[in-house]
Amino acid sequence: MSRIQLRNVHKRYGDTAVLHDINLTIEPGEFCVFIGPSGCGKSTLLRLIAGLEEISSGELEIDGSVVNDLPPAKRNVAMVFQSYALYPHMSVYENMAFGLRHMKMPAAEIDQRVQAAAKSLHLDGLLERKPRALSGGQRQRVAIGRAIVRNPKVFLFDEPLSNLDAALRIKTRVEIARLHRDLGSVSMIYVTHDQVEAMTLANKIVLLRPDTAAKGLPSVAQVGHPLELYHHPRNLFVAGFIGSPSMNFLKGQAIACEPSRLRVKLHGGLEVAANLIAPQMHPNEELTFGVRPEHVVLGQGNGRGVVTHLEHLGETTQVYLQIPGQDAMLLAKGGLTGMKLGDTVAFDLPADQAHVFRADGEALPRPASADDWPVAA
Amino acid sequence: MRTSRGFQLMYWPLAIAIVIVSVFPLVYAFSTSLKQGTALFSPTLWVDSPTIANYLMLFKQQSFGRNLLNSVFVATGVVGFSLGLSLLAAWALGRVSFRGRGALLLTILSASMFPQVAVLSGMYELVNMLHLYDSLGALLLSDLVITLPFTVWVLVTFMSQLPKEVEEAAMMDGLGLFTLIFRIFMPLMWPAMVATGLLAFIAAWNEFMFALTFTISPEMRTVPVAISLVSGNSSYEVPWGSLMAASVIVTMPLVALVIYFQRHIVAGLTAGSVKG
Repeated sequence: MSRIQLRNVHKRYGDTAVLHDINLTIEPGEFCVFIGPSGCGKSTLLRLIAGLEEISSGELEIDGSVVNDLPPAKRNVAMVFQSYALYPHMSVYENMAFGLRHMKMPAAEIDQRVQAAAKSLHLDGLLERKPRALSGGQRQRVAIGRAIVRNPKVFLFDEPLSNLDAALRIKTRVEIARLHRDLGSVSMIYVTHDQVEAMTLANKIVLLRPDTAAKGLPSVAQVGHPLELYHHPRNLFVAGFIGSPSMNFLKGQAIACEPSRLRVKLHGGLEVAANLIAPQMHPNEELTFGVRPEHVVLGQGNGRGVVTHLEHLGETTQVYLQIPGQDAMLLAKGGLTGMKLGDTVAFDLPADQAHVFRADGEALPRPASADDWPVAA
Repeated sequence: MRTSRGFQLMYWPLAIAIVIVSVFPLVYAFSTSLKQGTALFSPTLWVDSPTIANYLMLFKQQSFGRNLLNSVFVATGVVGFSLGLSLLAAWALGRVSFRGRGALLLTILSASMFPQVAVLSGMYELVNMLHLYDSLGALLLSDLVITLPFTVWVLVTFMSQLPKEVEEAAMMDGLGLFTLIFRIFMPLMWPAMVATGLLAFIAAWNEFMFALTFTISPEMRTVPVAISLVSGNSSYEVPWGSLMAASVIVTMPLVALVIYFQRHIVAGLTAGSVKG
């Protein structure tokens, strides 16, 4: 059992601030995913926790003691690298045993741990092979095995699947989820740029954004359960980043606040509404109205748009609509049969799926719904 | 590799020409070393009545055996020290970033630019100061000074190309610095180590000027100096047979070493990737 806490952690390289004011708690047994666009410092944050980079200021606590100055090996963490970083001249067995031998562990126990890890990772028959005689997926499993045998309290994964092909990626993703379940109370921290990995693996997503120090914002944009970030993004950045394809943003003005509803007039004249918790906005205040492509309803409602592009994905069709008064296209998922380029189509933006953001990008709070059960619970 | 017709046609004739040019002196030396008396002055390669008298005389009349041992001692010593020292130096210069690293590397490089003659007098002072004159230690020291800049540079280049993740994985495993260098990095650098080790060995084995200057007594000489001092029965006779016998003896260990280790160089270069 070990809780990881970061308090006011900053990371600077010279004058360049990479991570700004990180406050974060990772509970024992949690699967925490760091995600964000490239350059947001997610790998750096992982390396700070691993001890491979120094923390510029702030405190990192693992298991109740501050470990800022402890070397990586003393932190009870194990790391799996993106490029596997196996020792190329050693066999699979040696790769897993080498660190333990260095800790002066009795040979019998080393052997037992390595055999157990090899068994659970299906590496039994490969123990005498050198890494160069293994496939990418097998090397990745050896790298995970090398982490498992150390019996760490925290696993750190740095984009572990990005060198694998698509089919193997999905398989290994399931393996890692299973590993997390089997190991019980062990926490895992996982860095990825792949949303699907983040949404499927995480109990907790930490979404980081780049270039925040200059604006005085903390690097962490939002922390929460994947569905919380999906249904209740706290700001424009989170709303735009989580979900694929990303949320539609339409410019508009507030008309009137009701106790649990905000009425909005989009630029171009369309009047829409959003269900919100006690919205506080002045009439005519500028805002951004957001709705996800999968929530746009086509073929009904009083919105009108011209079809400018169609993407047929098989399971669904993505429709790009040009709406008067808006610069951005409205993207809708799920086309209607017989739809053609140039058609004018009716659409509706349901009030219970709408998001509203102030001019500064902050979201107005939405009511909880049945969809986001893990959050409400 | 794409091979054109012209390349295929020319490959064997050219290869044979190169082999003949490079092997001929050795063959001629070998054939001459087996001749005696007036046969020495006939230029044929084939020896009618081969004899090993020249070889025997080398070991009987001079302390050639002792000289050989001296050469082996100095050359292996130089290889050992220079690889050990330059491996450690390569770690510092290739993987640790510190202020003045570039300047230090340049200094090392420029140190290797001085011709041996230019450092001879300075080296003599150094050898004298350390009371190493007329001992093998003097040769160890001076050969080391000459080979180190080269070996350091080669190993730094290789060391800095090793993947950073392997070093970080070792940190996560809690390995100490020397374990990292000698158990992880050294095996990965085997090909480079073998190549530079061979070159250092050859340089020390063939070294003449320091050996001539810093040793005076016959039992401290190394082979190159001993060969130059091989004498005939009278001062009017050039002892061609003995000279050639000595040359053959000196060359053989080098040929054997290169043939043995080249396997390792070729095999090692293809191994050691991190991902594939």
